[in-house]
Order: sequence, then C-alpha cells, then structure tokens
Amino acid sequence: MKYFIKMFILVSLVIGAIYYAGNYLDSYSVMVLSNLGIFIILAVSYNLINGVTGQFSLEPNGFVAIGAYVTALLLLNSEAKIDQFMLEDPSPLILWMNSSFVPALLVSGVVASLVALTLAFPVFRVRGDYLAIVTLGFGFIIRIVAINQTEYTNGSMGLSAIPQYANLMWIGIFAIICTIVILNIVYSKFGRAMKAIRDDEDAANAMGVNTFKIKTYAFMTSAFFEGVGGGLLASLLTTISPEQFSFMLTFQLLIIIVLGGLGSTSGAIVGAVVVVIGSEWLRFLDEPNLFGFETEAHPGLRMVVFSAILILIMLFARRGIFGDKEIFERDGRRGSKS
Amino acid sequence: MIELKNITKKFGGVTAISDLSFRVELGETFGLIGPNGAGKTTAFNIITGNYTPTSGKIIFKHEDITTKNSNKIVRLGIARTFQNIRLFSSMNVYENVLIGFDNHIDYTFFEAVFRMPRFFKEEKKFESEAWEILKTLHLEKFAKKPATSLSYGNQRKVEIARALATSPDLLLLDEPAAGMNPKESEELAKILDEIKKDFDLTIILIEHDMQFVQKVCDRVLVLDYGKTIFEGTPNDMLKDKEVIKAYLGDFSA
Repeated sequence: MKYFIKMFILVSLVIGAIYYAGNYLDSYSVMVLSNLGIFIILAVSYNLINGVTGQFSLEPNGFVAIGAYVTALLLLNSEAKIDQFMLEDPSPLILWMNSSFVPALLVSGVVASLVALTLAFPVFRVRGDYLAIVTLGFGFIIRIVAINQTEYTNGSMGLSAIPQYANLMWIGIFAIICTIVILNIVYSKFGRAMKAIRDDEDAANAMGVNTFKIKTYAFMTSAFFEGVGGGLLASLLTTISPEQFSFMLTFQLLIIIVLGGLGSTSGAIVGAVVVVIGSEWLRFLDEPNLFGFETEAHPGLRMVVFSAILILIMLFARRGIFGDKEIFERDGRRGSKS
Repeated sequence: MIELKNITKKFGGVTAISDLSFRVELGETFGLIGPNGAGKTTAFNIITGNYTPTSGKIIFKHEDITTKNSNKIVRLGIARTFQNIRLFSSMNVYENVLIGFDNHIDYTFFEAVFRMPRFFKEEKKFESEAWEILKTLHLEKFAKKPATSLSYGNQRKVEIARALATSPDLLLLDEPAAGMNPKESEELAKILDEIKKDFDLTIILIEHDMQFVQKVCDRVLVLDYGKTIFEGTPNDMLKDKEVIKAYLGDFSA
C-alpha cells in the first residue's frame, strides 16, 4: 500500500503545479508547456522500445501521425469534413467516425498499437541496423499514405479546425499516466526481460525469456502512447498536415532520449525539458540587434547554437545526462521496490 | 533423462559434430571433454535449441526436443551457462538471478501495469527465492553490485545462479572452472555437489581442468574433431591411448 500512497502524493503535487501553471501563466508559456507535455509523452514511450528494450527503431513519427489523424477525424463532425475534403469526397467510413475527446485519444492509441502488432512480425525478424531501416521505412510509408489516400486524409491539404479540447491539464494528466505506466512496466518482470534483451538477446532467450513476445509488448505500449500523444498534438494545434510527421519528428525524439540517457525514463523527461524549453529560450538569438550590437535578424542561428550544445554534450557525456539509471537510483542500485 | 541419437551438425562444408550419441541418466554428472574446436559447445548449443542439428534426434524426458526453440526448452527444464560469460551487463547480480525466474513469476502484463495485488505477492515471493539461491552460491554479499564488476570466478557462479533460477532438471555447464584458481575450483566442486543434492540435478559439463573433471564427473565422453573417441569413467579416460593421442599428439610415429 506504501506504493499507492507515495504515488497519490506525487501525482497530486504535479497536478497542483499544472493547475497553477495553467491559470497563472501567460498563454505563450502555457503553449510551450503543453508542447513540452506532449514531447514528454512521446519521449518516455519512445524510450521504452529504443532505450529500455534496446531495439533501435525509427518509427515514432508513423505512430504519432496515425494517432493525430485518427483523433482529428474522430473529433471533426461530418459537415466540417465535407467542407474540408477538397481533393476527393470523404469515404463513408470517415464520415461515420465521430466521438468525444477522451475516447478519441484511446481509440488513437489502440489503433497505433494494433498497427504495431502487425508491424512486429516483419520488424522483429531483424535486429540492429536492419531493424532501424525497416522501421524508418514504416515512417515514410505512413506519410506517403497520408499524402495519397485523399479520401481518408485530405492529402497534403491536411485537416484544420480540429476542436481544441487538449489543454495543459489534459496533456499533463496523460503525461502522468504515461510515465506511471511505463515505470510500472520497467520495474516488473517485463521491464527486467526488456533490459535483458537489450544487454544480450541470446542469453535472455536461453534463460527462458520469450524475446519476441517481450519486444512486441514494448513496441505496442510505445505505439499506444505515441498514438495518444499524436492525438493530443492534433487537438492542441487544431491543424495537421503530413509534413508535420516527417522523419524530423523522430529525429527530435531521438535527440531527446539520447541526451537524457538511453534507457532512463527520468532522462527522457529531462531531455524533453532541455530540448523543448531550450529551443524556445534560445529564440532571442534569431532576433536582430543581438547582444546590443546592430545586426540584422538571423533566422536559424538558434538551431546552430543548439546543435553545438548537443554536440558538446555528446562529446563529454556520451551516455547522456543520466546514463541508463533513474534520477532516484544511486550507486548502481536498481530493482524491485514495493 | 536425456539421450542424443546420432547427432550430426554441419556448417557449410565443416562437420562440427558427426554421429554423436550418448545417454545421461538421472542424477549423473557427465563430462564432455575434448581439445579446442572438438564440437563440445556446439553440442550444448544443439541441446539448448540454439542450433538445429543437420540430422539426429534429442530425447529429453521422453519428449523429442530436436527442433524446439530455446526459450521453450528452458521451460522443459534444461538450463545452461555460457563459456564466454554472458551476464546482463546493465543489471546487478540480484537482477541477473531474477531474470532466471522469468517463467515462474506469475502475473500478466496488465497486472504489472496497474500494480494489482498479485504483482506485489509474486515479486515478494521470488525476491526471497532469489536470495535463497544467492546464499547457496555464497554470492549474497555481491547481490547489489553490477554483475560485470565481479571477478571472473564469481561471474561464473552468477551464471550458475541464474541458470538455477529457471529451476532446471538438467544443468549444462560450459567450462564452469575456467579462470578460477585451484582454491576457487575446489570450492566450486563442493558447491556443485551441494546444488546437485538440493535441486535434484543432472549435470552435463564441459571442462579442460582434468583434476576438476576427475573430482566431479561420474562419466565422461571425449570428442575430437566432432567424433566420439572415448566414453567411460574419468580414470579410464586418462589411460586411453586415443585420448592421449588427441591431446598430446601421436608419439609412436
């Protein structure tokens, strides 16, 4: 019972902080924090398959896109859809889809994890670099489908005027749920088996770990939350288009989890904070009259500085900020707490 | 207990094992001996399902396990250790042993996600069982240390502990005494004797240390270039002409 009491206190504190931030901060800060929340969801779930299980996959942009489109199509009503679909009439399935906010997110997650299940069979026949290539291909396929299946997705025109149900509170709640679920998996026999697969897949198999099953669990859980995160993103931004879900999104998430330390959930959260807040904070670099000198505006300088910082971190802290340990783990101690 | 019938394994043009047959009875300690490259580890890999043999059959407890996947074979009661130690490097000793229990810890994925009562019950139960095994192998003082930070000899013992956690009936040890000093290997012989009684084990082991083999094995089989050249007691083996020829070369020519 100690576990539940601890969890309850921790969760109420975080919810309190989010409530305070949502009510007392300006709308720009709230937007940055909402974005951060979504990136925490995506990074923490991506870290489960890539960091904890050690399967170097590059697919999250695919699952985020699936989640975003499913949520958007469920939230838009049929008149809005008929209005928006310019290239082709929406298919009857699309017109029939309709639900409220939370069910839409859950459906997005379930759809993404079912896609992950079917994808697991070809993907987990290969390991290492080959796995990276196969999953990278999946991300591209999803984007191309989104561009070309105009009767389902409205093609490159994208979808707009999606009802904005997602706010900081909802995003915070889902980020908390996601983190708790992932940590509960990591600190169970399934998490141990995932780490064993990362360290030595053959040895894990020889100890009776059903490696395919465990990898599929990790992949589906990761896909579920990436789908939910995509749904939140769609409902927060209110417009989506295929271009948003390019490989750059995966790349950004990869930077976050490598920066935080592959395999560390707290590292993924801290990495998301550093990257999302950092790239906002460095915005002043793009503006004219830098440091009091009379200069022109230099759009992109921010990204140059940001990249340089990342390179420095990678040079001097190769295993990321936390390595594969958690913030609350000291002297190599980790394992079953109850 | 386990019987190999005419096992042959070819890798391309190389015959790693040809026509290997032996039978190990319940409670025996059986030694698999031979010079480097004789095919001993290949034989282990075939038994544990890492390789499927080119021809032949393996019968374990009246069941044909020739083509079964290794994680199924573990569940039937065959566990192994590795020649080139393969502990999970990011985990401590205690967690390495817990991995061995993976098949016995009984809760579902959803029970873990939602922290249902069965999760806590099972984790607690196997926590004490893991400590039990660590104590038998005198490893409890290393429990919270990263597994790969231990000495070579102790890492081998962790491998044995991890294999024991799968609660096997047949234990395959690939060079358990390699890298140990005489005192350590003597201690290991004693430990093997103890765990054999405590866990009702049958053991097959690969070893180069002949004194160790003489001490622990009831019967041995000698392989040379994949062929069986001797089967019998360790004492007879040391007198056998073929075995001496394989190890030291032929002096009669």
